[in-house]
Formats: sequence, C-alpha cells, structure tokens
Amino acid sequence: MTISQTFERLRSQDEIALIPYMTAGFPTLRKSIDHLETVARSGGDIIEVGIPFSDPVADGPTIQYASQVALENGVTLAKTLDALSHVDLGKPLVAMSYLNPLTAYGMERLFDDLRAARVTGLIIPDLPAEEADDWQASAEGAGIDLVFLIAPTSTSQRIKHIAERSQGFLYYVSITGITGARSALAKSLPDRLAEIRKVTDTPIAVGFGISTPEQVRSLRSYADAAVVGSRIIDAVRREENLFDLIKDLKAATRNTHTARHED
Amino acid sequence: MQTALPDNRGYFGAFGGRYVPETLMSALYELDDAYQRFKHDGPSQVRLKSLLDTFVGRPTPLYFAERLTAHVGGARILLKREDLAHTGAHKINNAVGQVLLANFMGKSRIIAETGAGQHGVATATACALLGCECHVYMGSEDTKRQRMNVFRMELLGASVISVDSGSKTLKDAINEAIRDWVTNVGTTHYVIGSVVGPHPYPMMVRDFQSVIGSESVVQCLACYEQLPDAVVACVGGGSNAIGIFHAFLDEEVELYGVEAGGKGLHTPDHAAPLASGSVGVLHGARSYLMADDDAQVLSTHSVSAGLDYPGVGPEHAYLKDSGRVQYFAADDQEALEALSLLSRIEGIIPALESAHALAYAIQLAKRLGKERTVLVNLSGRGDKDLDIVRNAV
Repeated sequence: MTISQTFERLRSQDEIALIPYMTAGFPTLRKSIDHLETVARSGGDIIEVGIPFSDPVADGPTIQYASQVALENGVTLAKTLDALSHVDLGKPLVAMSYLNPLTAYGMERLFDDLRAARVTGLIIPDLPAEEADDWQASAEGAGIDLVFLIAPTSTSQRIKHIAERSQGFLYYVSITGITGARSALAKSLPDRLAEIRKVTDTPIAVGFGISTPEQVRSLRSYADAAVVGSRIIDAVRREENLFDLIKDLKAATRNTHTARHED
Repeated sequence: MQTALPDNRGYFGAFGGRYVPETLMSALYELDDAYQRFKHDGPSQVRLKSLLDTFVGRPTPLYFAERLTAHVGGARILLKREDLAHTGAHKINNAVGQVLLANFMGKSRIIAETGAGQHGVATATACALLGCECHVYMGSEDTKRQRMNVFRMELLGASVISVDSGSKTLKDAINEAIRDWVTNVGTTHYVIGSVVGPHPYPMMVRDFQSVIGSESVVQCLACYEQLPDAVVACVGGGSNAIGIFHAFLDEEVELYGVEAGGKGLHTPDHAAPLASGSVGVLHGARSYLMADDDAQVLSTHSVSAGLDYPGVGPEHAYLKDSGRVQYFAADDQEALEALSLLSRIEGIIPALESAHALAYAIQLAKRLGKERTVLVNLSGRGDKDLDIVRNAV
C-alpha cells in the first residue's frame, strides 16, 4: 500500500495516521529491525526509520544519542538498507537521513537500494525546497515520495512553494526548535495548519515534540498524521513495552465517540 | 572577476548554498536582506569604520621581518600584524561587524561557537562593547584545554556553554549553536566565526575580514611601491586567508593557503580537507570535508585548536578547484618550529595557527629567492598557546 492509499483508507475510517520513528542501529541493528516490526504490528500506519549521521543538527539530545550509539555499532546506510530489504513491515516505510551520507552514497544507487528495501518515502531535513531539483527528479523516477518540511517560521510564500513540491505528505514541524518530547503543543498550531490547508490537499503530518496520546488526540482536529520519535527512543532505552506504547498512541488517532458507539 | 561571487543563491561555482533545516531558511533570507541594507547604510558603515580604527586598532601594521628574512636567505618576508588587533587575532574584525549588524536588525541575543576560544572571546568582547547578551558554545574538550579563554569570556559577561555531544570539539559546538539558533531564531543572531556555514555567512564573514587584504595592498604600495609576489595564510575554516586573499584575487600575485597537516597527511590525524578530503555537505554548505567511507564526518587533529575542523569555507573549495589558490599543509612539528623561530629572532610569538602559514612561507621564500616578496598573514598572537608549546617542546 502506498502512502497516499494509507491516508485515504484512514480518512474513510475517521482516523489519523500514527507515524512512529526509530533510529536504525539503536540499540543494535538487529534489535532496531525487531522494534520496527513491533511498531508496525501494534498500530504504526506509516513507519519512519532514521539513518544515523554524525552531525544531526535538526535533532535533540534523544535522537542524537540514538544516532551516536548506532554509529558506534558500525551501522551505515548500506547496512541499514540491506537489513530492511530482508523484512516486510506490511506498512509504508519512510527513510530519514541527512544530505551528506545520502549524497555520498550516489543518487542513482540510493534510489535503487531504497526501492529494494521497500522504502516508499524519503525525508531529508537539511535539504530545503530550493536546493532539491535533482533530488526531486530522481525520486520521481524511482516512484519514491520526497517529503518536505514546513516550519513555524516558513513564510506564506515558502509554504506554497514547499506544498507544491512535497509528495506523499507534508511534514509540519510543530515547534520552532529541534526534535524531542515537549509537554505542550504550540498554540499557533491550528492556525498554521489551516493556513497550509488553504494552499494544498496534500496530507499533513505533525512532528517534533509529540509524545503523549493526549497530544495525538488533539491533533485529530487539525492534522492527518502524528509523528512520534524521541518518546519511542526513550521507551527503547528504558526497555518499556513498545507494543503497548504504540497501541495507546494509535488508539488516540481514532474517533473515540464512534468507538464508544460500537461497544 | 573572481571577486563577484557568490551568486544570489550563495554558490561559489559548485560550492556553498544553503543546506539547513527549514526552520532557519526564512532567517537566512532575512539576514541576507539585512546585510545588503547594512552594507549600504551610511551611518552603520561610519560606525563600523570608527570602531575598527579606535577599538580594534586598525590599520594593523605591515612589518618587514628583517632578521627572519636574513635567516632564511630568500625572498623578503612581510608580516601583516593581525596579532596586534584587539583581543589578539583577526577574529575581532568579523565579531564587531556581525554584532553591529545584529543591532541593526534589532536582535540583542547573540550566540557563537568557539574552538580554541579566540572567536568566542572576540564575540564576547563585541557584545560587551555593544551591549548584547552573549552565549558561547564550546566543546567540553576545548573548555578543559583552554580554561583561560573560558574565564576571559565570562569576565566579558558572556555565558560559556560546554558541549558534551559527538567529539566534544569545535564541530559539535557549531552543531549545538545551530540547534540553539533553530530554537531561538526569532530573537537571536548567530555570529559564525569563519567563512563557513550557509549563505550569506561565507560572503559576509569574508567581507568583514577583507579589510586585512585591502589594508595590505595600500601598505605594500606605500612602502614598496609594488604588490608582493606571493601571499600566504593558514586555513582552518579559512576566514583570515579569505580576508587577506580577496584584495589580491584579480592581481598577478600567487596565493597560498596552508592547512593543518597534524601528524602528517599520510596519517588520519590531520585537519586538511582541501589537501585530502572529499566533497560533501556540513554545517549548511557544500564544500570539501573530512569524512569516512560512509560519509560520517571525522574527528580531526591539529596542535592548533583553531585549525582543528573537518570542514572548510566553500569559497576556498572554489579557489582550489579553479586553481587560483594553491593549498598545502604544514604539520604540527613544522608549526612549532616556526613559532619558536619567530619568537627568538623577531620577538613575536605567533599563534600556532599563524605559525602554519609561516612554516610554509619560509620554504616559499627560499624557493622564490631574493628580489621577491612574500606577505604572510600573522593572524593571531601565541599567548593562548603557551601551555601547548611548553608541553610539546
């Protein structure tokens, strides 16, 4: 199932998508693949996998830590894609990494290997829309959705430009800052998302700082998906029950009113 | 004309650009726009000139190193004495310029990164001068190695934030400063200390440092009625080198950049991305950098903390590929020897960074022979390096 089909299906069920994020190679490559399978089974609708880079400037301490552990484990882009090519999560898989390792891998080889690993989307946080022409052309050729980010600081002109380019979904950065769990969502969020909706029909995922079922539930009114990252890395670190965590987050994406009627 | 770059997207040929998270993109456009207005704002430029003259102590002298020249027995060696600028290095030229620009933009919170502490001290000084709040990110390895500079910054009213992530050095201090900027971009200006980072930084820092070269041209013509045959400068990120090179780019003058050879280019322990690195993207720009086979950025080594950085400014990458500037490396030992030589026979203790330029200039002066002139950018003084030199000698 493609990313777009996933959004369509969820919309018809009055659900938003849960997009859990995991760093490949944390705590080990084997375990991270197992964890990806767990989050795909327990409620993840689209799965985001981070490929570690030595200098992740968009990431907060939690994902930095996970990336550093993964690099110390010798995990690379090539090893990650190889490991992913041997599993089928049964859900759309989106890869996230920074420009330097992706560029060095070679664009053609990268898109071939992403396809072989059943990756259907790609997020590059340090690739702004105006630098992305080559990437977009190659991604389109490979049938992979290149997902762009919109930030609270993006001007309306930029929003329009980015929305035109983003494939699969748009990633709205919920806070002016880096990744990591926050206690509250930005007050400006509903207005900003409404502004984006005016210029595009592309589904909008909200990420950065989302960690609780309450936050996910509050996104139901504005967004099409919630991305949860650092909270999941923390759970892996503390050896919490990942299955239950994802199940609870997923439950919050559903219309509880309807669910109650079904009971 | 080589001096017309970068283009309006921030490219020097294939190098440069703006590779940062979306959150910062609007701020980079704003900065570019504000900088263009600042450059053409009469009162701001008068104020900058006046501070450079009366606070920084410009122009810095052009000095004929007569005893060194006689000792080497080759070309005449001239030193551009940036070590005599306030705070002891060229870094203050850029710091005063950028903090003035921040005031112009109405931003009063300043952040900066620092390796050895020279740019941190310069920024803290400019913030004290112009009444701004100052936070300096510094790797925890560096705060240990350079405790005196941490104390200097604190005395100047800055807060120093010790960075424990990654390799705990300059590269990670920059990462952390970028993360701060991503979080506080509305109120904060990030004073990058070298000709690195996303557009417009490489251009802006170059412009603020190009006073070094334009003064040198005037001084050479006044004293010797001709330009030097060659100009030599050390290259970490590359701000002092671009600063002195720029006025000479369109002249018939040979230009040499000297990277940190560390324990030798045949070992992994050096910081010479132009001499032996590959092209990649780090800290917002496409340029040469030192990375492993999987494009993870490597930790570097140099006896000089100011050159201990895996990247280099995009304009240097362009000047290397175009062949206009030639880049070589001097190793730790050569730098230490040049430092002690200049101290003994000229009474000038240079920074270890500048000693790399000097080491190469000495070889070059021998090769060029008499009747020729080599100008060296003596970018900083060596007081900060005394512990390292004492331990090494």
